[in-house]
Amino acid sequence: MTLPAINVKKLVKRFGTATVLQDIDLEVPEGKVSCLIGPSGSGKSTLLRCMAFLEESSEGMITVNGEALGFFENARGERERLPAAQIRAVRSQIGMVFQQFNLWPHMTALGNVSEALKTVHKVPKTEAEDRAMAQLKKVGLENRANHYPSQLSGGQQQRVAIARALTLSPKIMLFDEPTSALDPELTGEVLNVMRDLAAEGMTMVVVSHEIGFAATVGNQISFLDQGRLLFTGAPADVFAKPRHPRLEQFLDTYLDRGASMLV
Amino acid sequence: MSFKLFFLLLKAAGWTLSISLVSILLGFALAIGLSAVLLSSKRLYRAPAELFISFFRGVPLLVQLLFIYNLLPFIGLNVPSVVAAIIGLTLCTAAYQAENLRGGFESVPRGLIEAADMAGFSVRQIFLRIKVPIAMRLTFPALVNEAIMILKSSSLVSVVGIVEVTKMAQDLASSTYLPIELFSSAALIYLVICWSIALIGRYTERALPGGVK
Ligand SMILES: Nc1ncnc2c1ncn2[C@@H]1O[C@H](COP(=O)(O)OP(=O)(O)OP(=O)(O)O)[C@@H](O)[C@H]1O
Ligand SMILES: [Mg+2]
Repeated sequence: MTLPAINVKKLVKRFGTATVLQDIDLEVPEGKVSCLIGPSGSGKSTLLRCMAFLEESSEGMITVNGEALGFFENARGERERLPAAQIRAVRSQIGMVFQQFNLWPHMTALGNVSEALKTVHKVPKTEAEDRAMAQLKKVGLENRANHYPSQLSGGQQQRVAIARALTLSPKIMLFDEPTSALDPELTGEVLNVMRDLAAEGMTMVVVSHEIGFAATVGNQISFLDQGRLLFTGAPADVFAKPRHPRLEQFLDTYLDRGASMLV
Repeated sequence: MSFKLFFLLLKAAGWTLSISLVSILLGFALAIGLSAVLLSSKRLYRAPAELFISFFRGVPLLVQLLFIYNLLPFIGLNVPSVVAAIIGLTLCTAAYQAENLRGGFESVPRGLIEAADMAGFSVRQIFLRIKVPIAMRLTFPALVNEAIMILKSSSLVSVVGIVEVTKMAQDLASSTYLPIELFSSAALIYLVICWSIALIGRYTERALPGGVK
């Protein structure tokens, strides 16, 4: 049994007095696609953001390829924050794709993809741009390299955002509803890029309402409900009937676009 | 009205333009510092900047100018009146521009900063590469507005003895008895300058890479 790419143990997340995640235990297997599904407000984004350390958990531990992310347990069993440099190093293994793309509006597609190489990693400009161009090619946008985000469709922007994350060679890619800000006819191009990435063996965690994608590309499905992880399993098991009543209810409410035929 | 009179007005417009321009630029530099302090999470740092801003926004510019003009010699600084005028306008515009910039920095979408954070940017790199350019874009139209306001407000610096357009028109009017011609010429000069600023502003805005959002 290999080490999980991400291991979440007894994670609790509170915002003020509201407990948003309660006792989450989750193993994200390496080289596989793990999907997080659940009703709105169930805590999917929060869990994903904790895995990226964009949100600090209140209790529990997360390890990335065996290394503690953000907090570790000291000799007395207390939770302690890791030094910033160490947090940075562990996080550099993770790429994140956001629902709202979050491209930098003052930079071209090529600028967005090459910026971190130049600014953070001090890669010379031409080399950085060559590498960025290769990533843009991979997502089918080499001919849009000099377009600004405002000149790109939502689907193209999201593909640039994926390329931006990929140029930093992450070991794990996190996606938070990458297609839900898109018009339905544009979701396909983004899902295709994600499928290709999955086929290459990238470790992926995907929060999505695209149950069809989860069922066909996902290797592992986790169902979150009201801050609790109700179950995790292979798609065939999770979607097999009889289903957990909360999942049944969720699928009834959220399934549309013919995805019910898939599961 | 003779061309000679109009030429005198134009020469005075040189003062209007130069004092305004210098004040806007100095004010902008000061405003960046002020806005950074305003955004501090520490109340202790914010308080003096907030006090500064509420003073300069709450007291008429005319009073500020007279105050500074009289205060400087009082504390032993004998500066030419043009310096007093520039100090007055600079402090005043800095207060307004700092508020603009603070608003701009606060409106930089959090997601853009998180994206940079995920890409490994340091706090400093995020500030320089993401926050500053985006905040500039967001506040640019307000900055152009402020430049126009300051240009017009510069008519007040005559109280500290600068003969800019307004004062020149006044002086010439009383010696030539041509007030209508002189004040309409002065108005025209202000209009042309303000239109030019607005035009340059709009052109620059459109030329900014990625456009202003
Ligand atoms: N920064 C925050 N401060 C306070 N409460 C928050 C914050 N972020 C999220 N929450 C709350 O945490 C809960 C879970 O939110 P989260 O965004 O993780 O849900 P989600 O499953 O991603 O929902 P959706 O499908 O709508 O995106 C919600 O009740 C939300 O209101
Ligand atoms: Mg969400």
